[in-house]
Order: sequence, then structure tokens, then C-alpha cells
Amino acid sequence: MELWYQLVGLLPFEWAQPDSMYFMKNALLAVLVITPLFGLLSTMVVQSRMSFFSDALGHSAFTGIAIGTLCGLADPMWGAILFAAVFALLFTYVRRHTNLASDTVIGVFSSTAVALGIFVATLGGGSFTKFNALLIGDILSVEPGKIGLLAVLLAVVVVLWVCAYNHLMLSAVHPALADSRGIRVFWQEALFSMAIAVVVTVSMTWIGLMVINSLLVLPAAAGRNLAKNLRQYHLFSILGALAAGIAGLLTSYYWEASTGACITLYLALYFAITFCFRGKRQ
Amino acid sequence: MRKQKHSESGPGCKGACCLKVSDLGVEMGGSSILHDVSFHLHCGEIVALIGPNGAGKSSLFRTILGQMPHSGSIDFQRADGSAARPRIGYVPQSPSFDRGDPVSVLDFFAAAVSEWPVFLPIPKKLRARVAECLERVHGESLIDKRMGALSGGELQRVLLALALEPLPHILILDEPLSGVDIDGERQLLDMLDEIRTRYDLSILLSTHDFATLERYTDKVILLQSSVLAVGTPEEVLSSEAFRSVFHLDVGRGAR
Repeated sequence: MELWYQLVGLLPFEWAQPDSMYFMKNALLAVLVITPLFGLLSTMVVQSRMSFFSDALGHSAFTGIAIGTLCGLADPMWGAILFAAVFALLFTYVRRHTNLASDTVIGVFSSTAVALGIFVATLGGGSFTKFNALLIGDILSVEPGKIGLLAVLLAVVVVLWVCAYNHLMLSAVHPALADSRGIRVFWQEALFSMAIAVVVTVSMTWIGLMVINSLLVLPAAAGRNLAKNLRQYHLFSILGALAAGIAGLLTSYYWEASTGACITLYLALYFAITFCFRGKRQ
Repeated sequence: MRKQKHSESGPGCKGACCLKVSDLGVEMGGSSILHDVSFHLHCGEIVALIGPNGAGKSSLFRTILGQMPHSGSIDFQRADGSAARPRIGYVPQSPSFDRGDPVSVLDFFAAAVSEWPVFLPIPKKLRARVAECLERVHGESLIDKRMGALSGGELQRVLLALALEPLPHILILDEPLSGVDIDGERQLLDMLDEIRTRYDLSILLSTHDFATLERYTDKVILLQSSVLAVGTPEEVLSSEAFRSVFHLDVGRGAR
């Protein structure tokens, strides 16, 4: 971290001065780790039409926190991660073994999880207000240890991408074809939805549940407006997320608004701009 | 136009294999989809599967591909006498590609035939290999197009090229002619004819286009839950079963 603080010290911002405003420097580092992570996952979320799924995950992730708290875990996040992974696995299983449309299955899971969360949180007359902070999120509260955890997650997802991207992509584009070529579609889907589940759960404290899905949808949606192939798609998605993340953090600092919301608004702007240029790729 | 069929007692074929389906039955959710399905597929043969929608054609394909539990038996016999599972090339039914999907033909192909992660720059060698595969279906010029921007005929050709890599013993095509215009249709069928001769592989396809059966296929199987008629195109198209399944008073050439 010392190295990072020294590096930031070279930036021409008042908060970047040495020995001050550590929360801002931590937040900047967190943004530099989180946004490429979401930019990367985003490409696959949009491609496999799972934006509604990731939305449902976000809304039900606090259930895991509530359960973790109930079980008396020191850090309820571990309970939440476990819950999210099980949620994703069950969802993939039910989706594969029913004739119901995917959005129906998501509706079933999402409402069940949210209800369970509210039930556990308010059990014995508890108040729900302690979860309010999760809805908006606060990236300025991020600690170096958690940034380390995020960096580990980023590394894991990059490794997943290098090892399994081809199979993930084929499973998303055409499951039957993928299956005929010996790809185990169920496990590809399960693996990917668990990855989203864990990333959403870990990041929601800082980004905020209400807007976290925008980070999983907007970068790739904008990328699709311009990209002609998968290289460009990844590039536009990751760079867009990164730029919006940095711009959003700075704007939230100077205008004193929620960082998650600022990042999302920049991403929406990015989408709007790419939308205007979408016709030129043919 | 039609090639000489291999006789059952004749000399084995070069590497390709014979598919023998006996008393096959498939159930889904408690109801029977296929029952008592039996037929043979010899190498170098083009066999067409016809039948109304919901007759179980796609289920039969998926069963042969090993994707569905079934009763009865599916036996493969290779020329070398081994009964090892042969490679099956599969061209799925009108796969819908999102028109906006930024997946190029090169991306799609490379992801299916290699281990190289395709979100990274693709090495020249791999690109050359994909181009070579596309050449088999005269599709070299499609390599940088997006999958979603291909016409029906172009998409079928790309998927056919993919099914031919690695070279299979049996090629299965699920309604390859749907969504393909007349020119594309002839081009595709000529290509299949060329492929089965050049690589001596068996082709099993489903179709609703009865007009092309006589010219391009060796054998036709009329399927509706079970095999209702099997034989040369002439025999099946003039059969009583064919007329009753498709509610036709005049048999031939109608769609």
C-alpha cells in the first residue's frame, strides 16, 4: 500500500497530497480493481442474456448478509458469499431442468431470496434499517484488506477467462452445439453464475445494491454498439468501465454525491455516445 | 447424380462407419416421443429424415448425439471393425444469433476448434487454420463477418465447416435448408454431395423440402414418433403413409 500512496502522491489533486485523505486513495485503488473486473464479467452477462439474473442476485445478496449475521459470523460477508454461490448453483440447475422461461425462474428465485432476507433480518422484531447502507454503498469506506480480496477475485476471474472463455462463450451462444462438441454446458453456466454471484456479493458494500447491476450491464452494452469482434468487445467494455469508474469517483468527491451513482451515470453517458455511433460498424 | 450405395455385405468403407439404430425409444416427462425406431445408415450415403413438426426428428438427432436417455440400441460400426463411438459432426437447427453479437466467424470458429482464448489477439497460425476450414465450404471470405450478419445460407455453411472440423464419421444436419434461399439451397446440397464423396462419410439430415429429395438423397425415412416408411425417395414419396401424414391427395413434389 505504501508504494500505492507514493504513486498517488504524484497526482496533481489536493487529496493526493502525502499523508492525507487515505480513504480517497484507497477508493481510487479499489475502483481500479473493481471496474476492470466488472467490465470483463459484463461481456459475458450481456452475451448470455443474464442481466436480469445479475440484477436478482444483487437484490438478494443482502439475504446472505442477514443469514451470516444471524449465524453470528464475525464477518457476515463470508456467509453471503456462500449463500450467493448456492443460490447461483440452484438457479442454474432449475433453469436447465425445467421448461419455464429463464426470466420466470429468475423471478421465482429472486422473490424467494428477498423474502427470506427480509424475514431473517426482521426476525424477533429486528430493524431493517441496518441494511440501508448496503443499498447505496460507500466506496470511501473500503479498507486495504478488502482491496486485496478484490484483487484476488480479479486474478481468479482472469484465470477463469483464459481457461474457460471459449467454452463459456460457445455455451452462451449455442448450448446444443457446444454440447455436441463435448462441452459440459451445465458446469460452464454454473461456474460463470457463481463467479458473478461472488463478485456481486463482495462488491456490493462499496458500489451499492441499487446500482451494482449497471456495472454488469452497461459496459458491455456500450461495447456491443461498437465492437466488430470479441477483442474489441472486451477492450471497449473494460476501458469504458475503467474510465467511468475514475471519472465517477472524482465527480463524487468534488460534488459530494454517491460514487456508485456517479459511475453509473458516466456509464449511461458512455452507452448513449456509443449508441449514436453504432451504425458505423457494418 | 446419386452415388452408388454400399451394399450391406460389400467391402467396408474407408474409415467411415455404419450406424444401426434398433428399437429405439425416447420418453420425456412421462410421454413417449419416439418408439420402435429402427434404421441403418451406411457410409457415403445421404439419408433424409422427413416428418411433420413435432415428429421427433430433433429428438432422434439428439439421441444419436448421446444427449438424451433412450431404450433400444444405437450401434456404430467402423470399417476397422471397432465399435468405438465415432465422431459425429452436428449442424444444429436454425441457430439464432443475436444480430448485435460481436462474435465474428473467426472468433466463433477459433473458440470451437482451439484452446486459444479468443478474447485475446488471435495468432496468425490459428487464423490460417480457420480459413482453411472455411475453404471446404467456399466460405473464406466470411472470416471477419459477424455471425449475426450472415445470411441463412452463409450461416449454414459456416456451421457445416465447423461440423467438418475435426472430420467426422457421421454428419448430422437438423433442417439445414430452413431459412436458406433457393440458390443457397442448391449450393448447400451440392456441397454435401461433394463432401460425402470426398470424405466418404454418412450424412443424415432432416428437411421439409421434398422437391430436392430425389435428386440428392439415397434414402428417405418418414418419421412420426416411429418409422412409418423407409426406402428410396420415390418409394417413400409415393407411399400411403406419406400421403396420410401430410394430408396430400397428390403425393409428389408438394411442400
